Formats: sequence, C-alpha cells, structure tokens
Amino acid sequence: MQILKPAVAGTLESSDLMVTLEPGTDGIELSLTSSVMNQYGRQIKKTVLETLERLEVKDAKVTVVDKGALDCTIKARVECAVLRSCDKADKNIDWGGVIR
Amino acid sequence: MIPRPKPERFRLRRTMIFMSAQKPGLIKDAYIYGVDSIMLDLEDAVAENQKDAARFSLYHALKTIDYGDTEVIVRINGLDTPHWQEDIRVCVAGGADGIRIAKCESAQDVHTVEAAVLAAEKEFGVEEGRTLLMAALESPKGILNAYEICSASDRMFGVAISGGDFRKCMQTKFQPDGVDMLVARGQMLLAARAAGVQCFDTVFTNLNDEEGYRAEVMQNKAMGFDGKSLINPKQIRLVHELFAPTEKEIVQAEKIVRAYREQSAAGVGVFTVDGKMIDIAFIPGAERTLKLARACGLYEGDLV
Repeated sequence: MQILKPAVAGTLESSDLMVTLEPGTDGIELSLTSSVMNQYGRQIKKTVLETLERLEVKDAKVTVVDKGALDCTIKARVECAVLRSCDKADKNIDWGGVIR
Repeated sequence: MIPRPKPERFRLRRTMIFMSAQKPGLIKDAYIYGVDSIMLDLEDAVAENQKDAARFSLYHALKTIDYGDTEVIVRINGLDTPHWQEDIRVCVAGGADGIRIAKCESAQDVHTVEAAVLAAEKEFGVEEGRTLLMAALESPKGILNAYEICSASDRMFGVAISGGDFRKCMQTKFQPDGVDMLVARGQMLLAARAAGVQCFDTVFTNLNDEEGYRAEVMQNKAMGFDGKSLINPKQIRLVHELFAPTEKEIVQAEKIVRAYREQSAAGVGVFTVDGKMIDIAFIPGAERTLKLARACGLYEGDLV
C-alpha cells in the first residue's frame, strides 16, 4: 500500500503506542522511542517493520512512540495508521487476510 | 492464535464487565479478575473518530490473548450508525463468543443482526451458528417488545437493561429503592423467563456508594436476575458473594432433591422436609440452587 497522506493511530497511554505515518520516497525511515527501549527495542522494531512489509508499504516516514505495548497492540496501531493513510480503515477490512 | 472453544448458550453469567476495546491497557489482562464475562465495547466507550482503531485493537486482542474461561462478548454500535456492519465482521472474524446488540427495540433488529452475523460466519469460515447474541434494552419500546426480542433467535442467550438511556427516555433518574426502573426490570424478567433466556441488570455507576451498590445487587437477586453489568473490577466480588447460595440453602436443597428421589421411587408425590410441604414444583428450584452452588465451588455432591 502506498502512504498517500499523513495518518496517526494510537495514544500515549501506558500499554499503548502512537504511530505516525507520512509519505516518503526513500524506503522505510523509522524513528522509534520506547519506555522499554533497552529491554524490547529490537522486538518492537521487528514487529513494526514486519507489519509494514505485510501491508506492502515500501516508502514511508514512520514515527513510533511506544509506552510498553504488547505485539498485538503494535500490529493493531500500525495497521490502523496505514489504512487510515489510504482512507480504507472504516470498512471491508481483510480480517484474517492481510490483517492478521 | 488462540482458538476459543464453541461458546455455551447457557452458562454462569453473574458478572459482565464493560471495557473499552480501544484501550490496550484494559483489555490485555482482563481475564485475571475472575469475572464471568467481559464486554469489549465498540460503542459508547469509543469516541466517534476512533471506531476504526478500536476494531483493529479488538481483532488482535481476540486473536492473541488467552481469556481462558472468561466469556468474551462484544458490544457493537447501534443499527442507526454507519459502524455496526464492520463491527459484526470483526467480531465474527476474531472469534468473539457473542455480540451484544445495542439499543434493541424489536425482533426485526435481532433478525437484522443475525443475518449479518451469518453472512460473516460464511465469509470467514466460522462454524455457522457459533456466534451468540444478546440484546440491550434501552428504551420503553425495547421493554414493551422484550418478549419478541428474547424469542427472536436460537442464538439469543439473554437480555440486559441499560439504565442510563432508559431513565433518560422515562424522564426520571436513579432512585435508591429502584422504583424508577421497577416495572421495566419486572417486564424484562417476565419476558426473559417466558422465552427461556437469561436476564441481566444495568450498571451501578457511583463507585463510592458501597451501601447503595449492595442494596441494588440484593434487589437484583431477589427479583431473579441471572447477573449484573459492571463498570469496575472492584464490583465483581460482591455480586459473586451475594449471588452464591448460602450454606443453609445448599443443605436444604440437597435434602429436598434427595427426599424427592426417594419418595417418588416409593410412589409418593407430596411429603414434608423439616416440616415444609414439598412436591415436584420445588425440585427445579432446588436443583438450580445446587447447580449454582457447584458453579460457585460450594457444592461437590453428585445430585446435579
């Protein structure tokens, strides 16, 4: 999917994260901060990148501010932000297909 | 992925706690409280511009978190909103045990939701008929149509009254003695019992009023409710405590069931236990007491 316009999903509450996407031209440019960076930074980065790859996002500026979210929450927020940037977050979601 | 077992239409549902599906901090460990059912909310607890985000959060929670014996119900948005169809798709795809229909007013509303649920079960390869339904009655019309709603589908396991909206419609407000909702609660209970489904009371919203809460739970039990809707984990324990049969009730029920089986085997229809007349009419109640006691971990005998 192509990131067409800036989109945000998530909050800065504990156990959540905020994902901000902007159109990019030079691959995935990820900026990550996390309250559990030392313990889980690599795992969070891996989950974010895998989710973007699954959604076939090739170019984007991605800003993630994590507050100790579980992997399932990270996936949910990244997916929501991507679909919002394409105006496709509201209906006919491919549950169990590309969203999994 | 955590595949949940096929939901039971009739099971113990003393407590049903509301949680916003949009809040990961709430829903990630909701199984620890020992509540009978959790109600993941896509409706009023989720702001209008976060309805989409809540569905993604809900889907991954359902697919990832092992809620164990805790039943997982989802409250979907009303049929007068643009959200309910996608809500149903995500519930079915995620494998929720059941769906709560908000602002239900007629059997037609149940049929509308049921048709969408069936379509989603086919779309996502979920066993047809797996997803249970319950209805929230929030208006005078819903209460007046309670029986047709309760008996509208084989998927229906119960109805609940929603106090906030109902009191607003009736131009009244919370009364400590429950007189504001007495007729509505009574009518809903009659309808639920006539249709053979369960019946749940509304939430008690003042968390600081412990005495008022206790009084309302006791009234719920006296009226014959199966359970209560909750807004905070600290409300769970009292309901489980007050809804459990007392030791005296358990002993009495055991005596009645045992005596009935002996007497009926000997050809006797009516007899006395501890000076009280007992006949077949008392048996279902006594057996229900023992089943509830077993579910609460208070009875280990073999009569039920």
